[in-house]
Amino acid sequence: MKFFSFFYRKNKYIEDVAEQGIEYTSYYQDSFRRLKKNNAAMICLSVLALMVLIVIFAPWISPQDPNAQSLKDALRGPSAQYFLGTDEYGRDILSRIIYGTRISLSVGIISQVLATAIGVTMGVLAGYYGGYIDSLISRVMEIFAAFPELIFAMGIMYVLGPGVSNIFIALALLSWVSTARLIRGQVLQLKQKEYVEACIASGGASFQIIVRHLVPNCISTIIIMVTLGIPGAIMSEAALSFLGLGVQPPTASWGSMISAAQSYISLIPLYSVLPGLAIIIVVISFNIFGDGLRDALDPKLKNQ
Amino acid sequence: MLLYIAKRLCQTVFVLVGITFATFCLINIVPGDPVQVMLEKRADPEMIQQVRHELGTDKPLPEQYINFVEGAVKFDLGKSYFSKEPVMSMLLRGFLVTAKLAAISFLFAVTIGISCGMLAAIKRGKPTDSFLMMIAILGMSAPSFWIAIILQIIFGLKLNLLPLSGLDQPLCYILPSIALGTRYAASIARITRTSMLDVIKQDYIRTARAKGVKESMVFIKHALKNALIPIVTLLGTQLGNMLAGSMLIEKVFSISGIGKLAVDSMTNRDLPLVQGTVLYIAVIFVVINLIVDLSYALIDPKIRYGKGA
Repeated sequence: MKFFSFFYRKNKYIEDVAEQGIEYTSYYQDSFRRLKKNNAAMICLSVLALMVLIVIFAPWISPQDPNAQSLKDALRGPSAQYFLGTDEYGRDILSRIIYGTRISLSVGIISQVLATAIGVTMGVLAGYYGGYIDSLISRVMEIFAAFPELIFAMGIMYVLGPGVSNIFIALALLSWVSTARLIRGQVLQLKQKEYVEACIASGGASFQIIVRHLVPNCISTIIIMVTLGIPGAIMSEAALSFLGLGVQPPTASWGSMISAAQSYISLIPLYSVLPGLAIIIVVISFNIFGDGLRDALDPKLKNQ
Repeated sequence: MLLYIAKRLCQTVFVLVGITFATFCLINIVPGDPVQVMLEKRADPEMIQQVRHELGTDKPLPEQYINFVEGAVKFDLGKSYFSKEPVMSMLLRGFLVTAKLAAISFLFAVTIGISCGMLAAIKRGKPTDSFLMMIAILGMSAPSFWIAIILQIIFGLKLNLLPLSGLDQPLCYILPSIALGTRYAASIARITRTSMLDVIKQDYIRTARAKGVKESMVFIKHALKNALIPIVTLLGTQLGNMLAGSMLIEKVFSISGIGKLAVDSMTNRDLPLVQGTVLYIAVIFVVINLIVDLSYALIDPKIRYGKGA
């Protein structure tokens, strides 16, 4: 919350209220209280926290080196040494799933942060300045939205070549449009508000109006867009890696694991089932937590 | 109405031009020469020159772009570099296969999605509702290619009921279309439920109930019809995404549709084929969206009279 206090200067009225002994709670405190009441969202949040711990401590938790091959042990079922069995090169599946968490979460989070940066900038520019800038940005967005998601991501990966950092870029370019649209709409509404008008009338610089008034008022939308965008990005990364256009071997990624496992479904079905379960757990957690966050930040939207 | 259609058509033409431009940029303003990218390191300079001449990439970019648009409009995008077959005939063949698969999964998704969504709305707050919505969230969160593999394991390997791959008999369509349709069925179910619950609160539903219309009729005739608008919008974008999403399913079941063509062309770096598949998949997507928007205008009078547009 410290971060947000940069935007909201202390208000005399609030201090007065506090002196009178009336408890004042800010919008974000209220939201957080609402979120805490939502059990499903809190469970998903703890699952996600666990995932983050797995990402950080992957080298210590994983029983084996994820890339260590041992061909004599290839395609074994679960055993004491290999808790969930081994893949076609005799690598430990559990360790590879653990390391896959790193790829999935980093792709999800970084690509969405990038997408939000582009989306918010474009959305604010289009909404605030209007006119030619708005039409130009809107047309560009229409063209970006004209491609089906997967084909678009594939095309960019084709151009950039496979690799994790290129996935960040491809998925950011894929998802900034929806953020930009929402922010543009919100800025258009905010521009009508008296305090923005007052700021314009009193000669406030555009940059100041945007940073002080428009962006802070979009923060809850931005948080929601990031959280709900992450599962989509994780799914897209899995799909790209499954098709062989994403993360390249030997790096462990859930999508490419499923792709490799496909040839061995009759031998060890577990190999293809497990990475998929990992994807489902992460995606569901983000989805439910994101829904909870949306309800908490914007109670008006609930059940819509 | 006419104004709306005209406006929408103009926008579509603009977007189509944008797509050709974007596709052209995608392929040509790549760091490095596209032909070199295509041939990787195995070619000597002479061969690169020759291929460049064959593909016309030795001409200046604006001229190349005009040629590309001309080819796109005339449905002639040259030949695949590797199989030497015209790109268009390969695309058409692939598209027919994918379209059939997508149509069946679409039908599956719509029937299952709308009926489950209706059921959940009717049983709001009851165990049926929570159960269905839980399944829907699961269905939305599972990658389609993973569902496909699970279906293969269960129905193909363990129960030995259905064929594992290919599309040579009608039975073959069952697993791929379920795998492709599940995600869409789940999101349709969710939006149907929300939209129905929204409509049920309206006054005209109370009126219908008050005048003694049977409950089932209230749901089907009065509520569903009005709840359809958001559903139809969703269906449109989904039909397009299904065409693209089918490439994952096609890979699992080794079906040679347009998706497999797109993936293969990109892994083989077959330049003319990449251009063709990306361009036409996007064009089909845009055309489907146009049709949906126009039909949307037919359903919703608010848009017809220019309010919602």
